[in-house]
Amino acid sequence: MTIQFNDETFRDDYSFYNSERAIKRFPFPFHEDSYMYSVNMEQHRGGPVDSVYEKRFDVDEHYVSEMKDRALVLADDPLRCQSLPHMTLAGWDLLELIMVSKSEDYPDLFELHRDGNTWRWVNKPMGIDHTFTFLDEATLPYGPMEYITRQAQGDFAVLDQRDDNLWMDAGMVTTQADWSLDFDIGMNFFEWHAPVPLAHEKGIFIRALKFLLNIQQGAPARRLNWTMTVNPLLDTSPENYHKWGIQKTTLTPENLGAKQHLRVELQTFFRLPRSNALVFPIRCYLCSFQDLMTVPKWGRRLHRVIRDLPVELATYKGFIDNRPMMLDYLSQFDDGLPTSPGIWPDLDTEPALQK
Amino acid sequence: MSKFTFPESIKSRPIYGTLAPRAGAAHLFIADAHGAEAILDVATPEMMAKGHIIYIPKGEQFEDKLRALNPASFYAGPTYSAAERRIQQTLAQAKMGLQLYLAGTEGLMGQAEAAAMQAGIPHTAIQTEHRGSTARRMQCVHCKGITEDVDTDPFVCSHCGLNLFVRDHYSRRLAAYQGVCIDAEDPGNVPAPKGIYE
Ligand code: HEM
Repeated sequence: MTIQFNDETFRDDYSFYNSERAIKRFPFPFHEDSYMYSVNMEQHRGGPVDSVYEKRFDVDEHYVSEMKDRALVLADDPLRCQSLPHMTLAGWDLLELIMVSKSEDYPDLFELHRDGNTWRWVNKPMGIDHTFTFLDEATLPYGPMEYITRQAQGDFAVLDQRDDNLWMDAGMVTTQADWSLDFDIGMNFFEWHAPVPLAHEKGIFIRALKFLLNIQQGAPARRLNWTMTVNPLLDTSPENYHKWGIQKTTLTPENLGAKQHLRVELQTFFRLPRSNALVFPIRCYLCSFQDLMTVPKWGRRLHRVIRDLPVELATYKGFIDNRPMMLDYLSQFDDGLPTSPGIWPDLDTEPALQK
Repeated sequence: MSKFTFPESIKSRPIYGTLAPRAGAAHLFIADAHGAEAILDVATPEMMAKGHIIYIPKGEQFEDKLRALNPASFYAGPTYSAAERRIQQTLAQAKMGLQLYLAGTEGLMGQAEAAAMQAGIPHTAIQTEHRGSTARRMQCVHCKGITEDVDTDPFVCSHCGLNLFVRDHYSRRLAAYQGVCIDAEDPGNVPAPKGIYE
């Protein structure tokens, strides 16, 4: 299908919005009425038609505006994109993966013409038509990772694999859930996950790492993660927390439905061919509570999940103070009926709200 | 001075040990303040014959005792940054088989370890022992400025003036803990500072 790209902002006047299509395909992260950390990974081999799982790299109505927001963040703080010197080859691997995937999956939007090492890349939504030499940095305006991730939604962490561990040695991070690439760069899997509560004790990171180390080329994996954000702010960075933190205190019972957003990350894992690095795209989707409530199943379930979430998780995710107000709002959409298993909206089979 | 036992912490935090003598082609000791005591405890005449001590006294009176160990080379300097070029060159010129002994504050050990990693010294050749002050070297996540020897939580960033909460999250590359604005959601509401381990 052709995509109508929104003209919208993720800051200041927050004109961001989701179309009806975007709401229906929102990656609701709860497959049952409760939530706890787990090793929730599966193969990334497509999914239902038009779902965010269908393509290797989902492109949606927010694409062009998200890329403008990324450029603003980078102009303000170039340290959001860093690559240690040994990671350049992985950057080329990533450029190839994205260009090949997007041109095959969205031929009406992207084209890649390869003649030996002379590559022509056409990105129609962003108005780019560029010929360069593959593996020759001098022919690109930025390093290869920065070049392609300025044209791809979501954050990217590029992990070097050595000593049976993964090392965060490169990344493009402008839409993060409150963590700093500049601080975490060079850390291993256990070190950068150090601040996460409960999951270390449950052995989740040991099992997750084992899974990741064995990911093979051509067999990517995926998982969902989530948090909460007041206003559709993409750049919830620790760097700028002293500026955006105050927005959390602007919620009122009246504006909560519009202002409070569920923030979901579709995280995928791809092995890269030349460098043997692993790339970890972290794609952020935002949806306001009021839009989520148009799906009766999600209304019932979100209330139950947030109500029963352990204090440690609500604190870590930064919404413990606002939880009571969120529950007052959400309880209006929970009539106590059972919900169907799985994350999909099931609009045709789930009953309408009975109150 | 008795040794401080750090409470259990998160996985990005380094764990320090106790220096033990090892066989090696050369022995480099980098220490500050009470770290001198760890060197005095571990030193043997054989190690000192091939030994190089780099010491930052920070007002402590151990210099004469260290000199009396008769290391092949001895240096005392006012601050880590004053000693930094010397440390970098020593590490860069190190031969295979160098043993590195770091002792004293976390800030000193962290910076020297980062310099050693950069110079390609294998981590198996590096030992650490904490002695003396438990103050932390902190990076402000907002302005990126580093404040040395922070011993209270919260503290005021010495660069940008924000009130910062002292996190346990630690970067080996920066040799620093992370400081994050404590009153972002309630400006001006800053608890009275207390000792980090109180
Ligand atoms: C190799 C790719 C991965 C990278 C680069 C990555 C990175 C991160 C980062 C930077 C954080 C934030 C930590 C902080 O508070 O500073 C985080 C949180 C987390 N990660 Fe990962 N991660 C990866 C893979 C995984 C996998 C495979 C799992 C599987 C269980 C996982 C589970 C989690 C969980 C549960 C959290 C806490 C999130 C929350 O409650 O909002 N991560 N990750």
